[in-house]
Amino acid sequence: MNAQLQPTGSAYFIAKETEKPENHTLSVLVDNEPGVLARVIGLFSGRGYNIESLTVSETEHEKHLSRITIVTRGTPHVLEQIKHQLERIVPVHRVVDLTVRSHELGQERPLERELALVKVAGTGDSRVEALRLADAFRASVIDANTEHFIFEITGKGSKLDQFIAIMKPLGLVEICRTGVAAMNRGPQGM
Amino acid sequence: MSNGQSERREMTGAEMVVQALKDNGVKHVFGYPGGAVLPIYDEIFQQDDVEHILVRHEQGAGHAAEGYARSTGKAGVMLVTSGPGATNAVTPLQDALMDSIPLVCLTGQVPTSLIGSDAFQECDTVGITRPCTKHNWLVKDVNELAATIHEAFHVATTGRPGPVVVDIPKDVQFAKGMYVPPQTAPRTSYQPKVQGDLDKVKAAVELMAGAKRPIIYSGGGVINSGSEASHLLRELVDLTGFPITSTLMGLGAYPASGKNWVGMLGMHGTYEANMAMHDCDVMICIGARFDDRITGRLNAFSPNSKKIHIDIDPSSINKNVHTDVPIIGDVGRVLEDLVRLWRASAKADKKALHPWWEQIAKWRARDSLAYKMNHDVIMPQYAIQRLYALTKDMDTYITTEVGQHQMWAAQHYHFEKPNRWMTSGGLGTMGYGLPAALGVQIAHPNALVIDIAGDASVQMTMQEMSTAVQYNAPIKIFILNNQYMGMVRQWQQLLHGNRLSHSYTEAMPDFVKLAEAYGGHGIRCDKPDELDDAIKEMISVKKPVLFDCRVATLANCFPMIPSGKAHNEMLLPDEATDEAVANAIDAKGRELV
Repeated sequence: MNAQLQPTGSAYFIAKETEKPENHTLSVLVDNEPGVLARVIGLFSGRGYNIESLTVSETEHEKHLSRITIVTRGTPHVLEQIKHQLERIVPVHRVVDLTVRSHELGQERPLERELALVKVAGTGDSRVEALRLADAFRASVIDANTEHFIFEITGKGSKLDQFIAIMKPLGLVEICRTGVAAMNRGPQGM
Repeated sequence: MSNGQSERREMTGAEMVVQALKDNGVKHVFGYPGGAVLPIYDEIFQQDDVEHILVRHEQGAGHAAEGYARSTGKAGVMLVTSGPGATNAVTPLQDALMDSIPLVCLTGQVPTSLIGSDAFQECDTVGITRPCTKHNWLVKDVNELAATIHEAFHVATTGRPGPVVVDIPKDVQFAKGMYVPPQTAPRTSYQPKVQGDLDKVKAAVELMAGAKRPIIYSGGGVINSGSEASHLLRELVDLTGFPITSTLMGLGAYPASGKNWVGMLGMHGTYEANMAMHDCDVMICIGARFDDRITGRLNAFSPNSKKIHIDIDPSSINKNVHTDVPIIGDVGRVLEDLVRLWRASAKADKKALHPWWEQIAKWRARDSLAYKMNHDVIMPQYAIQRLYALTKDMDTYITTEVGQHQMWAAQHYHFEKPNRWMTSGGLGTMGYGLPAALGVQIAHPNALVIDIAGDASVQMTMQEMSTAVQYNAPIKIFILNNQYMGMVRQWQQLLHGNRLSHSYTEAMPDFVKLAEAYGGHGIRCDKPDELDDAIKEMISVKKPVLFDCRVATLANCFPMIPSGKAHNEMLLPDEATDEAVANAIDAKGRELV
C-alpha cells in the first residue's frame, strides 16, 4: 500500500482498494494445544480476512505439532499482513505462503489436493452412468448397495467441482469435502 | 523463601499463584475478590511479600496495573474473579493490547467439572479475552499452573509487550501439585526478534547521511524498550542534529526542552511537526506504528520521503504506510547499532540542514498552540500551563483521561523523562486516568501523581477515589471542567452542524463535596488569578484531591488536522472561526471519524 497511490481517505482511512485480490495457500505450523484453531480463525474474522478453505490435523505427534492449511483471498498487501499477524500468535511456529514460495521456485502454484466423499443414489441407467463416470475420474467406490454408491475422489478442487457437477443429475445426495491440503514441489521442506 | 528463587515442591494451586508472583518479582497486585478466587485470596492473606490493592471495580484494577506498569517498566498484575470479574477486565486488557503495556491478569474460573454448564458466575474467559490479549491460558492441571504463570510473565514483558490472561478454575486452586520455579528456556514457537538486521541498519545510516530534510518520528516503543533506548535516542539526535517529533505515546523519550524538539505530531500535533513530516525527504520512524491519528490522509502522507521504520513487531511494517528500509528488532538494540555505525561511518553535515531548520523555524513562528488569554475565565490551556509551571521541578507523573483535556495536556505539559506520561492512546479509554494515577502512586509513593482529567471521563471510574483514600495514595485529580464532553462537542461542531446531541452534562456532581464524601480533599477554582494558589494547595494536601477547575466551556482543541485532510492542511487556532470550523470537513470526510 504505497502512500502516494492511495485515493482519498482520512483519520479513519477508508481506502478504495486498487490492488487485485489473489488466492494464496498458507501453511501454518502450530503447537497442537486447546484453542489454537480458534486463535487462527478469530484472527481472520477479527481483522476481516477471508477463508476460502481450511484444513487442520496433527502432523507430528511427538512434538504436538499441527499443520493448518488455509486458502485465503486478498491483495498482496493484505496477504503480507495475514502472514505477519499469524506469526504473532504465540503457539504459531512458522507461516509459509506456499503460493509465494512456488513462484520463487519457478512454479505456477503449489501442489494442492482435496478429498471428497460423494453419495449418489439411483437405479437403472443413471446408476450405470454414475459408475462409468466415477471410473473415468478415478473415483473409488467405498460403499454401495443396490440403490446407492459412495465415491471417494481425490484431486485438485476444480476436478472435484467438475465431478460433483456431473453427479448432480445422476442422483447426488450429499457431499463432504476435506478442504485443501498443500505443499510445495521439490526436495525442500516448508 | 521470602523473595529468593523457590525450589520444586508440592503445594496447592493457590499457593503456587502467590509463589509464582513472588518468583516473578511482583510486589503489588490490583484486584477484587469473588467466589472463584477465594483460595488465592486466602493465600494472599497469609503472607506479606505481595501487597494486594483492593479496588472498587475490576476495570479500575486493570488501569491501575497499566499505570503501574507504564511508570515502572515492569509488568502490572491484576487478580479478578470469574464471570463479571473477568468481563470487567476486558476494557483494560484491550487498552493494554493497543498501547503495548505488559499486563498479567489472573482470573478465577468455576471448577473444571462445571465449565460449560452455565454455572453461577461462569463465562468463557479465554474465549472472550482471546482477541484482546497477546496470549491467554486456561489451566486445567495444577501441575501446569506454575509453568503457565511464569510463561505468562515472559510473554507479557518480552517482544512487543502486551496483556495476558491466566484463567484458573477453583478446583485447580485447591488441588495439590508440583511447583516449578521460572525456567529460562521459553517455548520454541515464541521467539521475538530483538536484534536488527545489520545490513538494514547500514542502509538506514546511508539514507540518513544523505538527508537534506530529515525528521525523526519516535513513539511508545522507545519507552517500552527501557531507559537505555531513550538515552540512545537522545544521543542519536545530538549526533545527527535532526529534528525530532513524537507520538502521544512516546512523549518524554526525548526531552521537550531539547533543542531539536518540534513538538508532538498528528491530529492535534504542532504545525511545525506535521509540516516537517509532510515535507521531509527522510523519515526515521522509531517504535511507532503510523496510526491513523498520526498520518492524516494516507495518500497525502509525507509524499516525497524515504521511510525508515524500526519496530519489534513485523506486522507493523508496511501495515499502513510503505517503508523503504524496515528494521525489525528491539528499539534499544537497533539504536545501539545505529548510533555505533553512525559514529563510525557518517558525519553529520549539520550545515546542510540549515535551510531545513530555517524552514522549521518559520513554521514554528506560526505559534500553532496559541490561544486567546482571558482574564475572567480560566482557559483550559492556561490551566495546564500553570500546572506545568508549578510542578515541573517536582518528581511528577501525569496521567490523563481521554478527550480535549488529554490533547491539551500533551500540548502544554512538557515531559523531560520517559515513563512520566500515562495516557490511553490506542483505545482512547475514558476513565483510564484516575485508576492509572492510583497505580502510579502505589509504585511511587512519594511522587506527585496528577491525573489531568475531563469532567465526563473522570466520572466513569470515580469510584477508585475510595481506593485511593483507603491506601493513602494522595493522587491529584485535576479536572478541566467545562461541563461538556468537549471532544465530542468539537466533532459535532465540525461534522454535525453544531447540533450538540447529548454532549452536555446537565447534572454535574459537586466535585468538592464528592471529594469530601470519599474522605479526600476538594478544591474549586474558576478565576485565573486564583489558580496558582489553588494548585499550590492541591500539591500541599497529603490526601487524594479532586480539583474542580472550572474552565471556559466552549474552548476547542487546536491545531487540528480535520478528517480527510493531510498534514499540510491543518486548521490553526487563529484561522478556526465558526465558519471555518463548520466547513472544515467535506462530505467525504464526514463519514470518517
